[in-house]
Amino acid sequence: MRQGIPAAVEMSGIVKRFGPVVANAGIDLRVEAGEIHALLGENGAGKSTLMAILYGLVSPDAGSIRIDGIPVRFRNPRDAVAAGLGMVHQHFMLIPRFSVAENIILGAEPQTGIHLNRRQVVAQVEALMRQQGLWVDPWAKVEDLPVGMQQRVELLKALYRGSRILILDEPTALLAPTEVEEFYQILRRLQANGQTILFITHKLQEVLTVSDRLTVIRQGRTVGSCASAEATPTQLAEMMVGRSVSLGGMVAPAAVGDPLLEVEQLLLRSQPTPESDTGYTKLGIQLQVRAGEIVGICGVEGNGQTELLELLMGLRRSPVGTVKLRGQDISRASLLERRRLGLRTIPPDRHRQGLVLNFSLLENLLLTHSEDPPLARRVRLNYALAQTVAQELLHRFDVRASSTRPPARTLSGGNQQKWIIARELWGDPCLLLAAQPTRGLDIGATEFVHARLQETRDRGCGILLISFDLDEILALSDRLLVLFQGQIAGSFSRGQVSRQTLGFLMSGGQP
Amino acid sequence: MKGTHSAVFRDPRVWLLATFAGAFGIGALLIASTGGDPWLAYQALVQGAFGSGVALSETLVNATPLIFGGLAFALAARGGLFNIGIEGQLVLGGLVAGWIGSLPLGWPPFLHVPLSLGLAALAGGLWGLLPGILKARNGTHEVITTIMLNYLSFRLTAYLVGPSGPLRSGPLPATAPLVAAARLDPLWSGTRLSGGLLLALGLAAWVGFGLFRTRAGFRLRTVGSSPGAAQYAGISVSKVWIGAMVLSGAVAGIGGAIEVLGLHYRYYDQFSPGYGFTAIAVGLVGNNHPWGVVLAGLLFGALNNGATAMQTLANTPKDLVQILQALVIFSVAAVAGLTRERGGK
Repeated sequence: MRQGIPAAVEMSGIVKRFGPVVANAGIDLRVEAGEIHALLGENGAGKSTLMAILYGLVSPDAGSIRIDGIPVRFRNPRDAVAAGLGMVHQHFMLIPRFSVAENIILGAEPQTGIHLNRRQVVAQVEALMRQQGLWVDPWAKVEDLPVGMQQRVELLKALYRGSRILILDEPTALLAPTEVEEFYQILRRLQANGQTILFITHKLQEVLTVSDRLTVIRQGRTVGSCASAEATPTQLAEMMVGRSVSLGGMVAPAAVGDPLLEVEQLLLRSQPTPESDTGYTKLGIQLQVRAGEIVGICGVEGNGQTELLELLMGLRRSPVGTVKLRGQDISRASLLERRRLGLRTIPPDRHRQGLVLNFSLLENLLLTHSEDPPLARRVRLNYALAQTVAQELLHRFDVRASSTRPPARTLSGGNQQKWIIARELWGDPCLLLAAQPTRGLDIGATEFVHARLQETRDRGCGILLISFDLDEILALSDRLLVLFQGQIAGSFSRGQVSRQTLGFLMSGGQP
Repeated sequence: MKGTHSAVFRDPRVWLLATFAGAFGIGALLIASTGGDPWLAYQALVQGAFGSGVALSETLVNATPLIFGGLAFALAARGGLFNIGIEGQLVLGGLVAGWIGSLPLGWPPFLHVPLSLGLAALAGGLWGLLPGILKARNGTHEVITTIMLNYLSFRLTAYLVGPSGPLRSGPLPATAPLVAAARLDPLWSGTRLSGGLLLALGLAAWVGFGLFRTRAGFRLRTVGSSPGAAQYAGISVSKVWIGAMVLSGAVAGIGGAIEVLGLHYRYYDQFSPGYGFTAIAVGLVGNNHPWGVVLAGLLFGALNNGATAMQTLANTPKDLVQILQALVIFSVAAVAGLTRERGGK
């Protein structure tokens, strides 16, 4: 630590309770001026609360904060901004219909009287962009921009308000792999321009790649703080979770059986390109999943993942091509008919597709079993049997809920996902379509989900894994396919391909 | 220490009672400010609603159409649809019942009454089918289409019993009186309470069973709570929407028919003082739960019925009861908002 220069941010002994829940139980955090500091912790560890306290959104029950060595007490974010802090939330706070320039100046408009001089504003914003090396077309509407660009707008918004200390909440959660690379460069450029950066994350690789120092918190307490160069992923994971964890790695080779799913010449609707003005890509895709293997589909969001999933589920139809399940042509079969044949799905969005949030766990078990025996009778539902099954699944999948009665809304993301998996694996599926099975989950829950998927595979079930998370694909897949613009851009076996090659193919490079 | 307090404050029933008290408190202030005696007025209100056997029976008479309408609203609402067209469906059901009930078929009551009710349900159901199909096929918002169909229903019925209308009989804008076999007679002589109330309660039980025990009800509630999850579970959202609107319209149609068969004994133009609109409030206050709807229907029925006594005995304007009803709706909406806020995510 540098002597003499006070820390940019120093929080000590921060305590915050919400009713009976202790979110922060005495956290210490020290961020040196000019460094990139990562705040690492599982979901629910207290990271977001701590940052909300720092930014003046929540007032602490105990503890003190110093900015540049000066004690401060923020009553609201305005105070924090005045002290040189800027925050970029995980879910952007932008107005989609407004232009980039308007979003940047919103709330801090330079104005004389009631007149807003647009040209002057744009000139000012452009000057800021040039100075920071962050270019976005100031006249563009935010709703037309990709996520990475929207994030730049958020950063510029903070910089425009004179921020010297940037707080970034899960900045890479919504970014595509190529955008993540760019984002790291931006961080380094901002650092070079004199910004102090504090970012929240639970991705280990990210911490080691981009941060100078890091602090790990668990269950509302500081576990430790060190220089990133001295840390290893395994050690950090243990600090976060509080016990040893497996980060993938050793996997028994697949005992592959007969083909379960055979897809021939299936057309995915993709974004219309000049070459395919019909909106359909010219070539169909072809893939196969055999019993006892996990086939991973990697690719950047929007390259046909949703289409592929919904075609296989039976929610949409391809004009040509065939889908066979265990040798039987199911191209024209409905979703329910496919389920009866043993096809199950973990949908990508657990809040809007996987669960009915205000239904109880019991009813959420019924959600995908309400049309078939034994839970369905002719007219009625067999609630008594469902209760027995639910109770047993609750236990077997270690879902943390007091009973099967509470609404799904009240569970943590990890427990919600466990419940979906419990439901879909119940009744012996032969093929599982798993879409983004660990999106937004912390390490502990991710580990659990991965273990269940591998167990399912070892029992002889075939799994098609669709994920935007390259690490997940690499860790789990026995074979993997790259999806780009509705086409299979590459096909590899486990260990045959590097991250670099995949990244290259995912962004449209030719092998 | 904090736990027990917050548990009490989080209980929606506590809030509901508090806000009801608040509503009546504000009502009392209003009565006092117009020179009336709130105590006297509320006494008259209670007296008029529950003071005697006849008063009680009139409260039930008032509550009956509101329960039918409330159940109709709840059925659609549980499927995620806002049926504002209950009034139109109810009026149409009333007209069909009045027309069929006036035909001298020579059938016994156990055939003539169900025939009238059945055709009224069919008419109401058809009036719900159209918005249902439009919603399912084109995504046309049901609020718009059902409002429009209300007007269609009002004008159509007004024409049919109007000066040159084919169903008009006699000097009034009304159908011919019912034949005896189509009438639902009072349960007790000296009251106007027909078996329609029992039908309403039976229907509430049936709706409760349907919603919470059957596969169809499960599908309906799933679509209403999360169309996305329903779709991913293989439930046809459009079929459920159409079905919910048809059922909702049919229940409203039966409600109108009961008014005609059991109370007025002929169809009069504008026989409904807006039951179908009050029904929306009944559904919301009853949390779209069948038994909640029954209770809310009784509450609103009592308020309507007591209002007359309040006017005559305490000389309080009848409009004040409407303000009171509005305050009750307001308080329920506020409680719903508050408990949702506090429940958090």
